[in-house]
Amino acid sequence: MEIIISNSSDKPIYEQICMQVKNLIMNGTLSAGEALPSMRVLAKDLHISVITVQRAYEDLTRDGFIETVSGKGSFVAAQNKEFIREEQLRVAEELLQKAAEIGRAHGISYEQMTDILKLFYEE
Amino acid sequence: MEQNNILVRDLCKKFDSFSLDHVSFQVPKGRIVGFIGENGAGKSTTMNLILDELKKDSGQIQIFGRENTISSVRENIGVVFDECSFHDVFNTDDIERILSGVYQCWDSSLYRQYLNRFNIPGKKPIGSFSKGMKMKLSIICAMAHKPKLLLLDEATTGLDPVVRDEMLDLFLEFIQDEECSIFFSSHITSDIQKIADYVILIHQGRIVFEEQKDDLIYNWGVVRCGKERFADIVPEDYIIHRTTSLSVECLVRDREMIKRKYKNVVVDKASLEDIMLFYVRGGAA
Repeated sequence: MEIIISNSSDKPIYEQICMQVKNLIMNGTLSAGEALPSMRVLAKDLHISVITVQRAYEDLTRDGFIETVSGKGSFVAAQNKEFIREEQLRVAEELLQKAAEIGRAHGISYEQMTDILKLFYEE
Repeated sequence: MEQNNILVRDLCKKFDSFSLDHVSFQVPKGRIVGFIGENGAGKSTTMNLILDELKKDSGQIQIFGRENTISSVRENIGVVFDECSFHDVFNTDDIERILSGVYQCWDSSLYRQYLNRFNIPGKKPIGSFSKGMKMKLSIICAMAHKPKLLLLDEATTGLDPVVRDEMLDLFLEFIQDEECSIFFSSHITSDIQKIADYVILIHQGRIVFEEQKDDLIYNWGVVRCGKERFADIVPEDYIIHRTTSLSVECLVRDREMIKRKYKNVVVDKASLEDIMLFYVRGGAA
């Protein structure tokens, strides 16, 4: 498992950890049932405080990506990746619809809009 | 509710020109707590009271849930001060002979293992050690009797960045055991900013705050704006402000809220150092 933390990023470290673990699960690098490093080990390896990692793991648990068994550690939850992707697609659709409405109402061209989206995707 | 390794309540101690005034805080199990404040704020006095080296006037100090005056409590504490307390003529073997007599749980193989790992020479007198090596030895000795609590008073101050980093590794290793905690005083806030779970600020013998470090660095902020703009900011929205000849700066608890509420102000993250300076130097600037 690879996690890369940026100290100069605007995103808090717990959010960076959370996003990267989600990404590793969604792209199949981490599979269901696989054990994650313990919070304390991860804190030590990243040179950050335990509470920061704890917060990331709590968010991952809340979002259904991992399960924590007390005394045993945290594991990738058995979830339906397709289902999560569908659900997130619906969220994205809603936001894009809003963007399209703003664009249409204010004379922003379709090309300009797709350029922006492309830019964000490549970021 | 987290369980505590140190619990201090309403601790008071009066000297001629300085007093510790109703100091209360806690050090939960499995956590690293940073204790910051300028020189003379009361950090070392607090440490010495916890260790019962100084007698308190009033208040309560519990370690592992028991009175700090009970001598068996001391066996489970490792202590490091900023000065190396070993005599110059001793070498590491002499130190081991002395300390293994003091601590029942002295772990000789662990001691050897640490000496090897941090390249501490065996036969040379400690007088010939560099400052960094002496500090490393002090920290190793504090850990070789497998304590549950480490008290570090300015232990990493004066060490170069490489050694400081090695020590941070060691500290994070130490709290792999969830029963262990570290209470760590320093006026160098960067080490605390890296590894501490909680931060306590002491100023003129009083506790100013006891906060989760992530809240401080992710929520708190410094706002800068012109004097006219500052007049629009309601006093409830900031903690302290400071007027300079060019602008007004204020410390805020929720920088995202400030960004949403006020336009045309600069909102930065606050480092622990920024926060400490605001409280210590106050509005007088």
